[in-house]
Amino acid sequence: MSLDEADIAALFVTLKLAGLTTLILLLLGTPLAWWLARSKWRYKFLLEALIALPLVLPPTVLGFYLLITLGPNGPLGNLSQALGGPSLAFTFTGLVIGSVFYSMPFVIQPLQNAFAAIGSRPLEVAATLRASPLDRFFTIAVPLARSGFLTATVLGFAHTIGEFGVVLMIGGNIPGKTQVLSIAIYDHVEALEYGQAHLLSGGLLLLSFLMLILVYAVNRRFSLVRQ
Amino acid sequence: MTIQARFELHKKDFSLNVDLHIPARGVTALFGPSGCGKTTLLRAIAGLEHCPQGFLQIDGMCWQKETLFVPPHQRPLGYVFQETSLFPHLNVRQNLEYGLKRVPVAERRVPLDKAIELLGIAPLLARKPHKLSGGERQRVAIARALAVSPRLMLMDEPLAALDLARKQEIFPYLESLHRELDIPVIYVSHSPDEVARLADHLVLMEAGGVSASGPIADMLTRLDLPLAQGGDAETLIEATVSEHDEAYKLTYLDFPGGRFTVAYKDLPVRTKVRLRIIARDVSITLEHQSNTSILNIFPATVDKIAPAGSAQVTVRLLAGNVPILSRITRKSAALLDLTPGKAVYAQAKSVALLA
Repeated sequence: MSLDEADIAALFVTLKLAGLTTLILLLLGTPLAWWLARSKWRYKFLLEALIALPLVLPPTVLGFYLLITLGPNGPLGNLSQALGGPSLAFTFTGLVIGSVFYSMPFVIQPLQNAFAAIGSRPLEVAATLRASPLDRFFTIAVPLARSGFLTATVLGFAHTIGEFGVVLMIGGNIPGKTQVLSIAIYDHVEALEYGQAHLLSGGLLLLSFLMLILVYAVNRRFSLVRQ
Repeated sequence: MTIQARFELHKKDFSLNVDLHIPARGVTALFGPSGCGKTTLLRAIAGLEHCPQGFLQIDGMCWQKETLFVPPHQRPLGYVFQETSLFPHLNVRQNLEYGLKRVPVAERRVPLDKAIELLGIAPLLARKPHKLSGGERQRVAIARALAVSPRLMLMDEPLAALDLARKQEIFPYLESLHRELDIPVIYVSHSPDEVARLADHLVLMEAGGVSASGPIADMLTRLDLPLAQGGDAETLIEATVSEHDEAYKLTYLDFPGGRFTVAYKDLPVRTKVRLRIIARDVSITLEHQSNTSILNIFPATVDKIAPAGSAQVTVRLLAGNVPILSRITRKSAALLDLTPGKAVYAQAKSVALLA
């Protein structure tokens, strides 16, 4: 028994989706998390609640609204079509957009916490040592928040791999394009192909566990060094 | 050669309102109780605290006025924080180089090797901060601040977090800084001992304002200030090593009011030193005592007398125009009939040589 072609395609789609989503979230989420950690804006909590929403919202709800937004009659779907592209629903691009929302808290919250834990002192020290604000961010804040970056990366990646409801709503189930592992497993179970379902499930279980072991082991080492 | 600072800052439970002129040379101590605004003033000078209506000029360089606010990273200053401030992800050498690398080569006046040598941290360079003792960390932090060749050094109670032994370990380094580098220092402290050992100029702070400011020796002996009224009132005297007595193992030190005799100290003749005399250790006689074990006796005149509590008075004496404080009982003052202008003798039971 081995993986068939569709399973391998689903694996690649899944890894590509998780990788791309994590990258986008790190790029957009880092400045946002930094701002959230440092800002004293009194209505900041509204934004924090919004970012945490995917933690509690049923994925189908998120998926439903994304479908409306990305579909041919939705604002983003319209925009994409106006620019000569397809409607975003049922495309890989749509899937990436959906995943970015879906995994957002898993990347932003660890980053925000890590930035907040640094406090303002090391940055003030760096300022008195001639470092400009951007310089301070890259040479002090980022290295000191490295455990936060590791956690954010792994959680963002792993959580995107585990995505099901949102993908089902907006990605459809197009083999080789938008079919991801979690949905492939569902299909196998539906078709009573328990062997292949086992293989994929076991693989995902192992992968997720290994990634979390990595996070906890490395973070433990960081905190020992820091003490 | 002055530092002019004018800041006003109002927070919920604290306000700062200072207008300060201090010399841009030597060590100026900001002295006062906790919460009086010493640290806030220091932060405002560094630009870490933004006082919108402030004015700050250091030796001709303007760092802040109505239309100008130089951000902290563009001010050529060094800052030593109260608690450990080393970057935990960098080793000692990388910490030292962090600031140095960001200073244009043409502006580097303190070579890194010199800073390392002055603070005695050469053996620590490869270590990470968490492998250092508290005293070592603070020495590295001082060297790191020096390595940016600051035009002004700001130190916020750099010894406060250390125990007595660690303090004693760092003091000699601070004193050598003072002697070897011509960098003005503003030093925040609430320890009279640190101030006596390090400061040339003293700024007394109280409730967010400056209550008095002046040369340290004058400030300590001003009877209208709390320093001379407290139980640890003291006098600082600048003296010069004049000769050594090998037979008795003594060192003689001259000052305008006479000659001090202290236990032998291995210092070259003509070295300038600072002596400290606790007011309680100074007694007053009307005649020169010859049958006494006390060696340090100087003719003086009574300048002023102020009460210190209900039973004691502080007497300000002038020995060759150098003020010396004496703390005696009110009864003694009455028996001796001390009045301003009266000629007396000051006897110092013990004299501490500070540097």
